[in-house]
Amino acid sequence: MENTRRKFLKLTGVSVLGLSSLSVMDVLDAKKAGAAADADPYAYPEKALTAQRWGMVVDTRKIDARTTKRIIDACHTAHNVPDFSDPNLPGFSPANARHTVKWIWDETYDHVFPEKADEFLADRLKKLPILTLCNQCANPPCVRVCPTRATFKREDGIVMMDFHRCIGCRFCMAACPYGSRSFNFRDPRPAIKKENKQYPTRMKGVVEKCNFCEERLAVGKQPACVEVSNGALVFGDLADPNSEVRKLLNTNYAIRRKQSLGTNPSVYYIV
Amino acid sequence: MNDRNYIIIGLVVFFALLTFPVWYNLGSASSAPEVVLTEKAKEAKICIEDADFMRREHMQILNNWRDKVVREDKRTYSGKDGKEYDVSLSNTCMDCHSNKADFCDKCHTYTAVDPYCWDCHTYPEVTK
Repeated sequence: MENTRRKFLKLTGVSVLGLSSLSVMDVLDAKKAGAAADADPYAYPEKALTAQRWGMVVDTRKIDARTTKRIIDACHTAHNVPDFSDPNLPGFSPANARHTVKWIWDETYDHVFPEKADEFLADRLKKLPILTLCNQCANPPCVRVCPTRATFKREDGIVMMDFHRCIGCRFCMAACPYGSRSFNFRDPRPAIKKENKQYPTRMKGVVEKCNFCEERLAVGKQPACVEVSNGALVFGDLADPNSEVRKLLNTNYAIRRKQSLGTNPSVYYIV
Repeated sequence: MNDRNYIIIGLVVFFALLTFPVWYNLGSASSAPEVVLTEKAKEAKICIEDADFMRREHMQILNNWRDKVVREDKRTYSGKDGKEYDVSLSNTCMDCHSNKADFCDKCHTYTAVDPYCWDCHTYPEVTK
């Protein structure tokens, strides 16, 4: 009797050892397979501009109404942003004209900086059109509220939209303190002046906003607005002390929008 | 079993109705659609992977492409032929397969699938 029990225990021990060694083999095997699968067919674009934290400086001293219009046009053409207020487009109707979609637009000083709208403000600032766009916050409230993670922050600081995932709940629009987000209340396609075939349009029911031209950065180009701004907009890496934006910020006093809210915007204004 | 006749007649009618779609469509099955390749696609001979793989997996590939570009910023794909492709539906796929109606739509209509790619992404319009 004892003899068989001993045998039984021995056998069990050996088989447990044998079985557990199988998992070790699995790990070894997986390592081998992993080495083979390392050939990931996907890669980052070679020509891309990269940064740790993208940022922009808007030099309001160099901006007038004409530059503003040129910049807005360049951005909105590049990204197929619909214009529901243009009576020449098939998408127009007076009732829809308010359904503005905007990525970059101009505002008066007291609207852009409500906390700094002083009683005796310089005349120049009272009339000046100030360009406003998504601030690409380092602490973006829109990302926190998005229930589907359609809005997310990239490693280089760009707050991106994945239009595929947007369900149109508009939480992000409520969360954004800058009004940088627009909702497509109707199909935007009939209200697009000239379609840029390189870039997709949006569909009814999604939110959109400025993406710091990440699709242009990927092919080594500066953002569309910066390109046509004649130096009024400067784009670069805020984390790099030698970048053009940081040099500008070193030598000029610049302000940010609603800084007290703690969103930590990446767009600076030299006023 | 006084109602045996009624039951049998009822069963026969029931099964006749149940199998109606089968025998009604018997022999009238339409043949599987043949996609048309453009000259450019014919010349290239190979897509980013071989044709059989593309036929089976193009939906997963497109899904991956979407996530890679939008969420990971990985924009180049090395295909089977060793060539590098720009990861883009409108700019890469539709560049060769510029005949959406004869290429994409043919099978999609046949299998009654309705992909929503075209709500946002553009395709070359056939000019005739």
